[in-house]
Amino acid sequence: MPGLKDVKDKIEGVKKTSQITKAMNMVASAKLRGAQERMESFRPYSEKFAEAMKDLSGGMTVTLPLMEVRDVKSVEIVVITSDRGLCGSFNANIVKKAQRLMDKYESEGKKVSIVTVGNKAGQLFKRSGKVRQAYKDIMGTFQMFNAREISQDITMSFLNGDSDQVDLVYAQFVSMARQTPVTEELLPIKPVEGDEGEAVEKKEITGAYIYEPEPAEIMEVLLPLYLNVQIYHGMIEVGAGEHAARMSAMDNATNACGDIVKELTQLYNKARQAAITGDLMDIVGGAEALKG
Amino acid sequence: MAQIHLEVVTPTGPVVSDDVDIVTAPGVSGEFGVLANHAPFLSTIKTGTLTFKTDKQSKYLMVSGGFSEVSNNKITFLVESAEYGHDIDVDRAIQAKERAEKRLAQAMAASETMNRTRAEAALQRAIARISASERARE
Repeated sequence: MPGLKDVKDKIEGVKKTSQITKAMNMVASAKLRGAQERMESFRPYSEKFAEAMKDLSGGMTVTLPLMEVRDVKSVEIVVITSDRGLCGSFNANIVKKAQRLMDKYESEGKKVSIVTVGNKAGQLFKRSGKVRQAYKDIMGTFQMFNAREISQDITMSFLNGDSDQVDLVYAQFVSMARQTPVTEELLPIKPVEGDEGEAVEKKEITGAYIYEPEPAEIMEVLLPLYLNVQIYHGMIEVGAGEHAARMSAMDNATNACGDIVKELTQLYNKARQAAITGDLMDIVGGAEALKG
Repeated sequence: MAQIHLEVVTPTGPVVSDDVDIVTAPGVSGEFGVLANHAPFLSTIKTGTLTFKTDKQSKYLMVSGGFSEVSNNKITFLVESAEYGHDIDVDRAIQAKERAEKRLAQAMAASETMNRTRAEAALQRAIARISASERARE
C-alpha cells in the first residue's frame, strides 16, 4: 500500500498536468481559429490562380523549363510538418508518409534528397542523412515570402538538374478530427487539364483573350508564382491541422488526467480508511489490554 | 459613367472589391488603363502602383508580382501583396530601400545571382511603396 502522502502528492501532480493540458487545448483552439481564417482568406486567391493556370495551359504549345519532363534519376521530397510536438500522431503520420515515398523511390533506384519545412520534420529526418535543406522555426509566423524562399530553392535545384522531380508531402486539413497526409507532385509542373468538354469550352473563351505579353511569357511568370501558391497552401493546411490535432490530443490528455485523478482518489480513500481501521484496532486493542 | 468591377486579391485575402471608373496598372510590357466594357484581357503585373478612380477620387495601391484578368466587365488582380498608399509607413519604406541598395551592392560585388535578384526585387518593392505613398499624399 503506498503511503497516504505519496498518493496525495500524485493527485496534486496529475491535477496540475490537467491544468496545463486544458490551457494548451484552449490556446490551440484560439490559434486554430486564426489558422482557419487564414485558410479562408487564401482560398479565393488560390482558386482564381488555378483557374487562370487552366485557361492558359490549355493553349500552350511550348514547354517551359519548369514543365520539362526528364528521365527521373533523383527526386526531391519537400516535407512540411509543424515546429512543435504535443499534437498526437500528426507529425508522425506525415513523416511516415514521406518515409514510405522515399523507400519507394529508392527501391526504384532513384536518388532521394529531402527538404524539411518545420522543426519536427527536420529532427525526424536528420538521422537519414538525406536532408539537403532544413527550414526551422518557420511554421509559427510564416508569410508568403517564406514560401517563396522555399520554392526558389527547390526551383534552383530542379533547373540545375540536381533533381528531376519534386514531390510535396503535407497534411490536408479535412476536418477538426481528421488531417490526412497527402503527396503532390510539384515539379515538373504538369499542364492542368479539365474534363474533355470543359477544356473545349474554355478554349473557346480563351481564344477571345488579348494576351500581354504572349501566353508562354505569361506562363513563365505564373509558374514560379504557382509553385509559391502550392507551398504556401501546404503550409497553411499544416498550420491549421497542427492546431486541430493538438486540440484533440490535449482534450484526450485532459480526459485521461480526470480518469487518473478518479482512480488515485479511490486509492487515497482506501488507504485512508485502512489507516483509520488500523488506528481503531490499536485503540481497541490498547483498551482491552488496560482492562485486563 | 459606366463602371467596371475591380477586385484585388492577395494570399492574405481580398483587398479591394469595388465598382470603379478607371483602373491603371503596371503591366510587364508597360502601364495600361482599363475602362468599363473592356475586351477580355490577360496580363502579368510587375511591382508598381495600381491606380483606380471612383467619383473623381483616385486611390493608389502598391502591388507586387502577379497578373490581371479582364472579362465580363470585371477586372481581377491576383497579386502577392497589395497595400493602400495611405497605409504605407514611408520612413520604413525608405529604410527598406536603403537596406536593399546596400544588399544589391554587396551581391553585385560578390556576383551572386541569387542574392542579386532577391535584392533587386526588394528594392523594386521599396521604391513602389514610396511612390505609392507619395502619390496618395499629393
